[in-house]
Amino acid sequence: MANISREQLLHVARLARLELREEELERLEAQLNDILTAVGKVSELDLSDVPPTSHPLAVVNVWGADEPRPSLPVDDALTNAPQREGAYFRVPPGGSS
Amino acid sequence: MIDTLRLTAEEAARLLREREVSGAELFAAYRQAIDERDPELHCYLHVCEDEGGEGVPIAIKDVIGTRGIPTTAGSRILEGYVPVYDATVVARCKAHGLKILGKTNTDEFAMGSSTENSAYGPTRNPWDPERVPGGSGGGSAAAVAAGLAPWALGSDTGGSIKQPAALCGNVGLRPTYGTVSRYGVVAFASSLDQVGPVARNVRDCAYLYSIIAGRDLCDSTTVELPAPVALPEGDDLKGLRVGVPREFNEHEAIEPGVRDAVQRAIELCRGLGAEVGECSLPHAVEYGMPCYYLIAPAEASSNLARYDGVRFGYRSGRGGNRLEMYERTRDEGFGDEPKRRIMVGTYALSAGYYDAFYGQAQKVRTVLAREHAEVFERFDVLVSPTSPTVAFALGARTANPLAMYLSDLLTIPSCLAGLPGLNVPCGLSEGLPVGLQLIGPQFSENTLFWVGRALELAIGFDPVPARLAG
Repeated sequence: MANISREQLLHVARLARLELREEELERLEAQLNDILTAVGKVSELDLSDVPPTSHPLAVVNVWGADEPRPSLPVDDALTNAPQREGAYFRVPPGGSS
Repeated sequence: MIDTLRLTAEEAARLLREREVSGAELFAAYRQAIDERDPELHCYLHVCEDEGGEGVPIAIKDVIGTRGIPTTAGSRILEGYVPVYDATVVARCKAHGLKILGKTNTDEFAMGSSTENSAYGPTRNPWDPERVPGGSGGGSAAAVAAGLAPWALGSDTGGSIKQPAALCGNVGLRPTYGTVSRYGVVAFASSLDQVGPVARNVRDCAYLYSIIAGRDLCDSTTVELPAPVALPEGDDLKGLRVGVPREFNEHEAIEPGVRDAVQRAIELCRGLGAEVGECSLPHAVEYGMPCYYLIAPAEASSNLARYDGVRFGYRSGRGGNRLEMYERTRDEGFGDEPKRRIMVGTYALSAGYYDAFYGQAQKVRTVLAREHAEVFERFDVLVSPTSPTVAFALGARTANPLAMYLSDLLTIPSCLAGLPGLNVPCGLSEGLPVGLQLIGPQFSENTLFWVGRALELAIGFDPVPARLAG
């Protein structure tokens, strides 16, 4: 199960929106295989009857009061933007996913 | 003359209250210590100016957002990012009059066990500058150990408060999941992340916890504390049941000097009146590490999706269309460890692998929580080493990610179970601090403070690094 091919590696990198350079791909291929072999140890246990834990506290349905509060002013929200135009974030066009 | 190497926060507060020193004098003393020692140690990524006030100074780990003060999480992708609001924990510190000294170094996005993954260079251990301070909160732990702050805030996902506290000889609490707000804190793995205090002794640690803990409407995972924080007073352990889990105390990775110091602390528990017994958590250590290194990267791959060069942080200058801009920004902005974890996490969550990796890890997590609950029917606290080794040499584990991951072998299981843990220094091995880990059931912080304080008094550990002691 833990032998990730170059093709899979590129597929995962695309899913993760990472443009990896060739030397990174080479290093990652070996490291990821080692890591996935180590973490694959979890499959040794038969846990078909055990429920999963997604969160350590039994907290459900946390509601807040439905009252308006001041929110971040537009200028504050945009102040860290790499590029802005008026009240908007500016991004380059195109690129299909 | 203020001796920042020995001054506790409690004593500093008393000096301020009785007007023996002014807030300006106190802040200046820490700034002077920082100017003297931080060029060598590199605990701080950003140092603040005194903005007035009569409070005790504090250092803040750089994954915690501070209004108007750069917050980088140790990453190039957040270089130049200046938050427009305070994290709730910072707002609470300020409301209490605490004054921010600066932002402390961390492994990038708190991913690491040595602070060597910081994009801004490693922090050095004040006990031996050729060694690491632990991580990811090495900056906070080293700053407290070197007298560059009386106390600090850290964050802990799998050991990032407790392990550096162990390696630097200070007291660090990873609180029960849900007791401290993460609002405004850079997210790593949200089902595990907790903010907590680092201090020079247990009372300071408890006091800082009392300032930051409690429900926050901005973080829906937080709850009210079932009982107020009690500053520990007692010096005996009568009536306490101490469990010594075999798997945590007999693991082959534990150095002999670490084992000896921890054994002496366990004997002290008996001497102070506690009942001590052996117990077993058969899966916790063996399966904790693989479980953690699936769940944490999976959640990280989702949390780190927000760094896309659009709303804040770095954007690649290489141009391209929008998709290429995302991919280039992330390739240039993230360092090796976040990339590894994003890749592992994305793979573990992807179609065809989800059940075998992420789903199975979530079930292992249930097993570990049940194992802990079972031993807590017979014991009030569990004791073990915090770190299997003392501080290791810079560079010793950087070439092999799996060797680095093993640094957190003994801190990870309780994090997965959502339990609080306290590191208390329990002696030296090869001239370097050894940390004792105390684990309790959920919301047992007051018990941990009691036990930690009684042991601290009995052990008499001097938290000042020998090479800095005048």
